Amino acid sequence: MAAGNLVQGALFTVMVVRAASLREPAFEHELAQQIGRSPRFFQNAPVVLDLRGVENLTEAAEFDSIKHTLRELTLTLVGVQNAQPAQLEAAAAAGLASFAPTAGGGQARSSAAAPPAPKTRIVTEPVRSGTQIYARGSDLVVTAAVSPGAELVADGNIHVYGALRGRALAGANGDATARIFCTRLDAELVSIAGRYLISEQLPAGVQSTPVQIALVDDQLTITRN
Amino acid sequence: MLAKVIVVTSGKGGVGKTTTSAALAAGLALRGHKTVVIDFDVGLRNLDLVMGCERRVVFDFINVINGDANLNQALIKDKRHDNLFIFPTSQTRDKNALKREGVERVMEELKQQFEYIICDSPAGIEHGAITALYFADSAIIVTNPEVSSVRDSDRIIGILASKSRRAERNESAVEVHLLLTRYDPGRVAKGEMLAVDDVKEILSIPLLGVIPESESVLRASNTGTPVVFDEDSPAGRAYVDAVARFLGEQREMRFVKPERRSFFRALFGRA
Repeated sequence: MAAGNLVQGALFTVMVVRAASLREPAFEHELAQQIGRSPRFFQNAPVVLDLRGVENLTEAAEFDSIKHTLRELTLTLVGVQNAQPAQLEAAAAAGLASFAPTAGGGQARSSAAAPPAPKTRIVTEPVRSGTQIYARGSDLVVTAAVSPGAELVADGNIHVYGALRGRALAGANGDATARIFCTRLDAELVSIAGRYLISEQLPAGVQSTPVQIALVDDQLTITRN
Repeated sequence: MLAKVIVVTSGKGGVGKTTTSAALAAGLALRGHKTVVIDFDVGLRNLDLVMGCERRVVFDFINVINGDANLNQALIKDKRHDNLFIFPTSQTRDKNALKREGVERVMEELKQQFEYIICDSPAGIEHGAITALYFADSAIIVTNPEVSSVRDSDRIIGILASKSRRAERNESAVEVHLLLTRYDPGRVAKGEMLAVDDVKEILSIPLLGVIPESESVLRASNTGTPVVFDEDSPAGRAYVDAVARFLGEQREMRFVKPERRSFFRALFGRA
């Protein structure tokens, strides 16, 4: 077995508990209530303790005690973040890992900021044979010709202001409402959400004309613009 | 003036890259520019034949890349024109001998001596063709008026835009010119060949010239004389025009309309 297979990277969602909030008398009660609402979600869930603003907790025994408290709430403490050197040492002695600080600022439940809406991808040069362009999560606009042997793929709509002579696949992640627009249809293949037509299946009346293509009742429908 | 590197390329084989490289180099030399033409088709050496210097090859491009010979030992001076030099390649090696660092060093050295460096590319889109186009400032896309050649040209234009050194360094793009060769207006009129405008529309790059299909091209390559030296040949004159356009002159496109049928052929019908 290659060494590369022995160690692999992976991303997990881990809850973060602020150490400062542990001192609040209602903490245990409130957390227990929250866990009670969705017990399966919290079953053996990994937890990281955020030490921001906390000065004590420099003894391994203190971490052991917090571990125990969380264990009773079905949570497993796996590490700490924002630790000072002395705290880090104690945490390590208690068998805890060190996590990099997160953007969430150590809130008990940080809601991830919504990613910015993907911007339409615009291509102004001719798309040459052998080139593939993928607009991930967005529309694709091409303001030049698309050559035979070129491929346009978009999770959204595809607009070609020029001759479409290659392939165009809109709604590539399954969006059946995606459409293809072009000012001249000479495509090798057009596809929306996996439904496709090859050039010889294109009706004669729409060849070399400006069209839009949509899925209607699960059928690719081409209409002249 | 800084030397300009021009690649003559096409993707497809047999469309006239070597003929064009020879004609272009000779044409630029005739216009007073010191020019060298390099054969990048390692293992299928042809440029020396077309230039008529095959018996004068001692050292080659690969010898210079490997440091076995210096540049001036390998460069062959053309007997017809003082401005024209041929840099032959090896027939016994393969394209892998084209090490990029070595080619770069040779290019830099050539730039000190020449105004124009013409790179005659091998067919294909593999290492040899990529190395030939990598250092280009300007590209001449040799295309025949047929669909497979047009598609391969389109592919190579895309590669120039993504894999050349100018593209890698985000410098201004390689200047691309279309040269349509083996054009037969009569067959175009009959619908057997793509017309100039069809090819221009599909490739959407500026047209440098149209070279008519001509017996003189075969004769020129068999005798080892670049076709621009044949002033009676339509292809030779078309190349002279293309060189002039490359140097920025305006010239009307010739040889794109069918020749008028002669009186006798009109009289006796189709031959």
